Amino acid sequence: MDGIHDLGGMQGFGAVDHAPAEPVFHEPWEGRARALMEVVLGAVLPNGGEFRHAIERMSPGHYLTSSYYEHWLTAAATLAVEHGLLTREELEARAGGAFPLSGPVLAPPVTGPGDDLNEPRFRAGDQVRVREWHPPGHTRCPRYIRGKTGVVVRLDGSYSLPDVEAHGSGRRHEPTYSVRFDAAELWSDGQHGVCVHVDLWDSYLEPA
Amino acid sequence: MSESAHHPAATSPVEQRVAALEALLTERGLIPEGFIEQTIHRYESEIGPMNGATVVARAWADPQYKQRLLADGTAAIAELGFGGAEGDHMVVVENTPAVHNVIVCTLCSCYPWPTLGLPPAWYKDPPYRARMVREPRELLAEMGCELPEDSEIRVWDSSAEVRYLVLPQRPAGTAGMTEDDLAALVTRDSMIGVARL
Repeated sequence: MDGIHDLGGMQGFGAVDHAPAEPVFHEPWEGRARALMEVVLGAVLPNGGEFRHAIERMSPGHYLTSSYYEHWLTAAATLAVEHGLLTREELEARAGGAFPLSGPVLAPPVTGPGDDLNEPRFRAGDQVRVREWHPPGHTRCPRYIRGKTGVVVRLDGSYSLPDVEAHGSGRRHEPTYSVRFDAAELWSDGQHGVCVHVDLWDSYLEPA
Repeated sequence: MSESAHHPAATSPVEQRVAALEALLTERGLIPEGFIEQTIHRYESEIGPMNGATVVARAWADPQYKQRLLADGTAAIAELGFGGAEGDHMVVVENTPAVHNVIVCTLCSCYPWPTLGLPPAWYKDPPYRARMVREPRELLAEMGCELPEDSEIRVWDSSAEVRYLVLPQRPAGTAGMTEDDLAALVTRDSMIGVARL
C-alpha cells in the first residue's frame, strides 16, 4: 500500500534527532512492549510480512506522532484482535481509554501465489526498470524507485515474496537482487557522486 | 498533605496501553514467568555494537579475515560467534578514502541485530529514513560526518533479506594496537556509516 511508512525521499521532516550514545530502551515500557510483541507473535503465528503490514496500516497521523515501540505495540495489539486472541473492547476497558489500532487490510487475500521462480531473470550488470505500480497490500518495493532504471550489482538468492506471504498461506519464492540507482535517476535534484542500492524481488523488476 | 500524594505517578496513555496488553496476555496464561525481564536483558546486555566492533577490529588486524568478511559476511561474522535473527544474510561494505557507505531502511527499521543490537531511535524515525536516500551528503554533514566533496557516497536501503554492516576505515596511528584496543575505537555510528573514525 502507498502508506505513510514508505518514507524514502519525503521532504519537510527537518533535523535527525541524533545522539551518538543512547540507551537500548528509553523508557521501561519500551522494553515491555518489545517483549509483548514477541508474546503476541508467538501466540497468533502471523504470516511473514503480516506484522510489518500491521504497522504499515497505522493511520498516518498516529504513525508520525508515535515512537517505533508504539508502532510495535499497535501492530501487536492489532494482530491480537484480528486473530481473535483479544478484543478491542477488552483492551480499551483495561487501558481506561482509547487503544488505537491499525486500519483494515485493503488488499484481497492471495489465493494463487503462482509457481516459484527458480532461475534469476537478471545477472549482475544488467539494466533493470522497477515496475510502476501501486499494490494495495504489503510490498517491499519502495515508492521512490518505481519506474526508475538501475543496474543489478548483486544476486542474493531466492526468498519468499512478502507481497504474497503477508496475505495468505501461499508462498512464492523468487530471486532477489541488489539494484544500484544513480541519485540523478531518482531525484531531479539528485547529487553527483551518490548512488542508492535497493534490494528487490524479481517480480518488482522488468528488463530495461 | 497535597492532593498528589494520594495518587501514584501519572502514567502516559501509551504506558496504560502496554500495561493493558500485558495484563490481558498474562490472564490468558501466554507470558511465561520471567519472559519480559529476560527479553529486556537480552537486548540490553547480550547484543549490541560491541559485537560489530569485534568484527571490525578483526578485519583491521587480519587481512585474510577481512577478505572472507567482504566475500561472505554471514559466514565470517559467524566465525566470531555472532548470528541469528536479522543477521542471517549479512553483507559488509567497506569504506575507503574514495567511497563512503551508509545504511538505512526507508520502509521500516531493518538493522543487523546480532552485530549492532537494536537500532537507535533516530534510525527508525522519519527524518533519517526520508532524507538519507535523497540528500545523504547534507544529512551526513549535519550529523557530524563531513566527507571530501569528491568522495562517492553509496547508500544501502535494507529493503529485502540482506542486512548491512559498514566496515569503517582504520584510523591512522593505530599500528601495533591489539584487537581489543582497536575494538574500543569502533563506534556504532561508524558501522551504520553516519560517522568516520
